Amino acid sequence: MTAATPQAQVPVAQALPAAHGPGFGRLLLSEWTKIRSVRSTLLTLIIFVVVSLGLTGLITWLTVRAISAGHADRRSAGLLADPVSFILGTGLGLGQLAICVLGALVITTEYSSGTIRASVLAVPRRLPMLAAKGLVFSAIVFVLGEAVAFGSFFIGQSVVQGHSVTVGPLTRTITVSLSQPGVTRAVIGSGLYLTVLGLFALAFGVIIRHTAGAITTVIGLVLVIFPLLGLLPYSWGAHIHAYAPTVAGQLITADHQQSGQLLTPWQGFGVFCAWTALLLIIGGWMLHRRDA
Amino acid sequence: MIEVADLTKRYGDKIAVDHLSFSVQPGVVTGFLGPNGAGKSTTMRLILGLDRPHEGTATIDGKRYAELREPLRIVGALLEAKSMHNGRSAYKHLLYLAQSQGIPRTRVDEVLALVGLTDVARKRTGGYSLGMGQRVGIAAAMLGDPQVLLLDEPVNGLDPEGVLWIRNLMKQLASEGRTILVSSHLMNEMAVTADRLIVIGRGKLIADSPTSEFIAGSSQKSVLVRSPELDRLAKAIEAAGGKPVAVSANGEPGALRVNGLEAARIGEIAAAERVVLHELTPQLATLEAAFLEMTAGSTEFGGHGGPADEAGGLPAVESPAAGVAGHQAGMGSGKGIAS
Repeated sequence: MTAATPQAQVPVAQALPAAHGPGFGRLLLSEWTKIRSVRSTLLTLIIFVVVSLGLTGLITWLTVRAISAGHADRRSAGLLADPVSFILGTGLGLGQLAICVLGALVITTEYSSGTIRASVLAVPRRLPMLAAKGLVFSAIVFVLGEAVAFGSFFIGQSVVQGHSVTVGPLTRTITVSLSQPGVTRAVIGSGLYLTVLGLFALAFGVIIRHTAGAITTVIGLVLVIFPLLGLLPYSWGAHIHAYAPTVAGQLITADHQQSGQLLTPWQGFGVFCAWTALLLIIGGWMLHRRDA
Repeated sequence: MIEVADLTKRYGDKIAVDHLSFSVQPGVVTGFLGPNGAGKSTTMRLILGLDRPHEGTATIDGKRYAELREPLRIVGALLEAKSMHNGRSAYKHLLYLAQSQGIPRTRVDEVLALVGLTDVARKRTGGYSLGMGQRVGIAAAMLGDPQVLLLDEPVNGLDPEGVLWIRNLMKQLASEGRTILVSSHLMNEMAVTADRLIVIGRGKLIADSPTSEFIAGSSQKSVLVRSPELDRLAKAIEAAGGKPVAVSANGEPGALRVNGLEAARIGEIAAAERVVLHELTPQLATLEAAFLEMTAGSTEFGGHGGPADEAGGLPAVESPAAGVAGHQAGMGSGKGIAS
């Protein structure tokens, strides 16, 4: 590529119209432009949708087939015992990783590319920029997350609906519907969980600032560390596990409570929100304090 | 107006900016000169609020940068470090900056035309050359039509035509009464661009004066002496208080560059010593020479780097365009320092 000759006479003297409108709205617009204008956003979101919907359909279908063929195991038992949690837990369980990646990327790429300097020059107070970024990003994840959660539910529903299963002396027909108790909350809750998860990852992105480090940390915590806390012994171990951010947060994606569950779905979601808010405050403070 | 007062910034043990104070006035181009690592970029980052000073303040029209509402309408900055995403187009980069300040879209097209990037503006900046990236940075600085501009090494990566263009742009902007601080380690570029110079070395202020005064005030008005009996002459010159340095002018050995004595006095010494002189030429001071003389002290402090004369071997990069213009402006002897 080559550049054309710059203008010899510089038209710089004319006055720009004075700014109008609320300041924060402008920052939202600015962040919306930023997030839309890089490929990684679209790519990650496409992966999120395809993986979530695809795997929900595939795994549910394979499991139903296995049950029909008489291969009853732990997995198929899970589908029978709690079909809604099974449907919402398969595809979204993996698709959530794309949200973790994007949450970290929206801020770490600013650091790796140097865009953060331009951004901070435009918004020297910095925190409004982070707030606008968080709002725009979580709005995108919320809309898409709810759509994918409902999409997953309907795909799973169409696969399992009406299948008759014989377990022992009883024959049961699987039915799932949004009108069953807790089901609509679990589906909407899945979108809410993803939204907060995105902000959880964003907070780590602000704190760590490096793409690979932030993504590894978030995915390591969500997939490995938090679930492993369940192996801790005694009641204090159970409490630590129950209050771990995503463990607590995922309660809202199940349609009914397990026995011995320490938190209700909404309490769990509250715990996850509190963790995320704490991390965002730490991240915001660091963004404010550190050299850009 | 930019005011820097007692500004200090440390990175660990290393002091990058050391109790620096100066002010930058509107209506002229102020050059910010210093060797690489002198603290120019850090000072600019402190003025722009990117870094936090340990001591002192930097204000723009009496306000800290962080206190500015819609800062891009008041201050335009081109940073030395890259500050855009490879995957984003120049247009979108400028658009998001414009939107954050309530600047209309049409202004984005204007600044793109100003820097000559209209045709490639929708392409991802990752494919741009260094010079094109620099132009995007200049476009971003001009976006808010600011009264104050800070440009860190703006001619980096620009071709001679681009160098001339940015020089004229800066002069025009200054003539409109704007405040312009432009950093460079290219001394000849500063000689033809800047009306006033702020020179720093090792984070400390070395000089703050009009460019012409800076050159004139230099004691580096040397005299080139050529003789078949240089050793004897050198001893006599030293005895008379001059500082002779052996140089090879025009590739030939057998010349001395003498500081501290007038040409007439050297002629008298030679006559008294009965030494034949082949040449006795007063050398005009160049900005480069003045700069090296001024910064020699600050490099000596560190224990490495020698006296000013040896510092002539430092990378005194001279772009062709700057050299040509140097003659036009009547500055520089064209010979500079032989080394």
